[in-house]
Amino acid sequence: MSEPVALKLTAKDFKSDQEVRWCPGCGDYAILAAIQQFMPELNIPRERTVFVSGIGCSSRFPYYMNTYGMHSIHGRAPAIATGLSVSRPDLSVWVVTGDGDALSIGGNHLIHALRRNVNLKILLFNNRIYGLTKGQYSPTSEVGKITKSTPAGSADAPFNPLSLALGAEASFVGRTIDSDRKHLQSVLRAAAEHQGSAFVEIYQNCNIFNDGAFDQLKDPGTRDDYLIRLEHGQPITFGTDGRFCVVHPPGGFGLEVRETSSVRPEEIVVHDATVADPAYAFALSRLPGLDLRNTPIGVFRSVDRPSYDSVVQSQLAAAKAKVTETPEQQLAGLLGSGDTWTII
Amino acid sequence: MTKQIRQLDRVVIRFAGDSGDGMQLTGDRFTSETAQLGNDISTLPNFPAEIRAPAGTLPGVSSFQVHFADYDILTPGDAPNVLVAMNPAALKANLADLPRGADIIVNTDEFTKRSLAKVGYQTSPLDDGSLAGYVVHPVALTSMTVGALATHEVSKKDAERSKNMFALGLLSWMYSRPYESTLRFLERKFAARPELVAANVAAFRAGWNFGETTEDFAVRYEVKPAKMQPGTYRNITGNAALSLGLVAAGVRSGLPVFLGAYPITPASDILHELSKHKRFGVLTMQAEDEIAAVGAALGASYGGSLGVTTTSGPGVALKSETISLAVALELPLVIVDVQRAGPSTGMPTKTEQADLNMALYGRHGEAPVAVIAPRSPSDCFFAALEAARIALTYRTPVILLSDNYVANGSEPWLLPDVESLPDLRVEFASEPNGEDGTTFLPYLRDPETLARPWAIPGTAGLEHRIGGLEKADKTGDISYDPANHDFMVRTRAARIETIPVPDIEVEDPDGDARVLVLGWGSTYGPIGAACRGIRQRGLSIAQAHLRHLAPMPANLGEVLRSYDRVVIPEMNLGQLAHVIRARYLVDAISYNQVRGLPFTSTELETTLEEVLKNV
Repeated sequence: MSEPVALKLTAKDFKSDQEVRWCPGCGDYAILAAIQQFMPELNIPRERTVFVSGIGCSSRFPYYMNTYGMHSIHGRAPAIATGLSVSRPDLSVWVVTGDGDALSIGGNHLIHALRRNVNLKILLFNNRIYGLTKGQYSPTSEVGKITKSTPAGSADAPFNPLSLALGAEASFVGRTIDSDRKHLQSVLRAAAEHQGSAFVEIYQNCNIFNDGAFDQLKDPGTRDDYLIRLEHGQPITFGTDGRFCVVHPPGGFGLEVRETSSVRPEEIVVHDATVADPAYAFALSRLPGLDLRNTPIGVFRSVDRPSYDSVVQSQLAAAKAKVTETPEQQLAGLLGSGDTWTII
Repeated sequence: MTKQIRQLDRVVIRFAGDSGDGMQLTGDRFTSETAQLGNDISTLPNFPAEIRAPAGTLPGVSSFQVHFADYDILTPGDAPNVLVAMNPAALKANLADLPRGADIIVNTDEFTKRSLAKVGYQTSPLDDGSLAGYVVHPVALTSMTVGALATHEVSKKDAERSKNMFALGLLSWMYSRPYESTLRFLERKFAARPELVAANVAAFRAGWNFGETTEDFAVRYEVKPAKMQPGTYRNITGNAALSLGLVAAGVRSGLPVFLGAYPITPASDILHELSKHKRFGVLTMQAEDEIAAVGAALGASYGGSLGVTTTSGPGVALKSETISLAVALELPLVIVDVQRAGPSTGMPTKTEQADLNMALYGRHGEAPVAVIAPRSPSDCFFAALEAARIALTYRTPVILLSDNYVANGSEPWLLPDVESLPDLRVEFASEPNGEDGTTFLPYLRDPETLARPWAIPGTAGLEHRIGGLEKADKTGDISYDPANHDFMVRTRAARIETIPVPDIEVEDPDGDARVLVLGWGSTYGPIGAACRGIRQRGLSIAQAHLRHLAPMPANLGEVLRSYDRVVIPEMNLGQLAHVIRARYLVDAISYNQVRGLPFTSTELETTLEEVLKNV
């Protein structure tokens, strides 16, 4: 391919003519605006960009993007997008999904897309509730969640989406928040640059059925003490004046948060998203408590691993490279292969 | 010793043994030798779902039946003239199918007290006179094979495993088969282990020479080549033919073929076969489940490939929601259902035609699709092309209903001229189709085909969104308008109903038949053979066979109404009969069997004769 030409696209170019129909105040509006503003940066023509979604509030997303798009069926977007991506390596394929869509009904497709490392950018809008079906608990709702379907409180433990993705060997894992446009775009940028599956969890507020689920991470009074902003190559400190830090306690399995004043500077973990062993990113994903304290955001993991698409395409290319005949000649040869006999 | 040679017009041989005895391979090789000779052939493999059921037991018996003749034949034969029984279980499991006077070749080495007891024989049938009505040939197959390989550098186990080649050698001698292709096959198969090539070839020759020298086999048989249309032939199974048909569809459409599949009996061989044809641009993906398999295929179709998914009944059930999405999206998709006996896991290696209702109706909402069914192993090639043609031209899911009988059975196939295959080229949308010259209307239809434009991602200026929500006519925007929904539902139905399909042809050589037998799918052979039998006795009967089950041929109603009685034999409880009665108000007689096996022509003949008597 020749040197890319600057397309000079703007956010407006990515807005479709469809009326946006999320509830007023929904976090999805902020995500949509952030993505529309961000897309021109990629300098990918609109016609080569495809958004595929499943079912749920978040999955209405493709209708509002002036690109190619498919609003498919519940949970199946990663499977459909896999077929599209692997057969059309020239496209930039994005999957928009939610906590119910990706982790409940579509859990199988999500983990297999990640393990295969299909070249998909998977954005999981996590609002920890079923919105479109009007307020049942989701696979990321906290234990004891009282909803229409769980009046006595939910009995089942939630998934940690990032832990799940890392367990599935995802090569890129990140997290961001609907209301922090700058941060959201920075994580999307890194995801878009990644070859292979990029999994991004976006904390998204459902102001109707689960309002304020992430308030501690947004409220100026608490957010600095709750959020860990991961920066590649930087020591992991957070809180007012960096009063907390992350260390790897000797003899322990994971990571822990300490008062920065209580540890030697060299004990503070320096964030490295390229660590080959997913155990490191997994340990990061386990830091938050039930109250959302110590929630890391940013890029947890970004490692190089051949994408499924590239392996499959290179197998096809290798097979085709040996061909010297026309397709019709090849076909005639194939039909007549094996033991044949001729009757005159 | 010069042996007498006797001419026969047809022979049915059944090779039966333990599922580890290599009976499928033996049958396959015998079939290939027979094909080389120019006989017409039809085969029926019959094996358990278990890979290695406990050795020597009845559930572990695997068999392969081959019917060959000097004239054109339609079925693998009702009853074997010869049974090769590698152990007591194989004898016991198959004896009831043998007519009196049939030849039985038994491997006496396996008729030990223990093996006999395993299948409930108190005394050996070889000694107790219970086989008096048959011509029994006791052969110490295992020990003679081991003896013949005494000087070979193979383990005793490998030597014993070559006994199927000894049996093949013996049968090849008995029926004067050319064996060069088998020798070539063995060289290919064991290319990495030359000592096994030598051992298997030696075992084959030992079997051949045993036939020539032993006095037990006094007669050698010949079956002359059949009069077949000139041309080049190969023997082919339905699954292989179907795979080649899909490759051909890719070549003739100029589109990449994308197969999404999840392993399932009896469809997996299509995945195996297509995975070998990457040089044609065929991309195969073994998905994580049946739903992902069809989803990926649909995603590939959206991107401009010919999306295909192959499975059996349980898989189609899982794919149902995605097929409905494909109906709403109006994209090409081929769904191959190699039917097996259900419900649930049922009998995975046995045949049935009980997925017709599911293919026609098994989706939520009004979700019509095209349905077609091949009638024989080689017809699977043309059925696959036809499925692709309909899917691509009319932008619709097409269900191709094969079944285990045609999928694993084989017959000679006259190779078609590639240039004579249908031209399946399609045109993707390339520019806006709105009246203003700038807007793109993804649901503006071709007035002739009612197909919507196929605008694939990457096409500048045609960016659009599609989805499962109801769409407004022309624009494809989300619509909850009652009149629009009514219109779209009727249009989707009309899209399928108006696909032009060839008229159904009636075979009525006498021209005065009052009874019509209507079939579909793999029952073509047995029905045809039964009709022949009836005609040979001077009676008249007409046969018609449905390839297109949705939409049905336009002349079908007229054809059905021109006979006094219509009989519909099916390997289900009357699913086609139900449709025919509902659509055409014809009081069809439904004749059904669901035993996991194809109809025998004899039993069909008896049934049809009864109908003829009562007309």
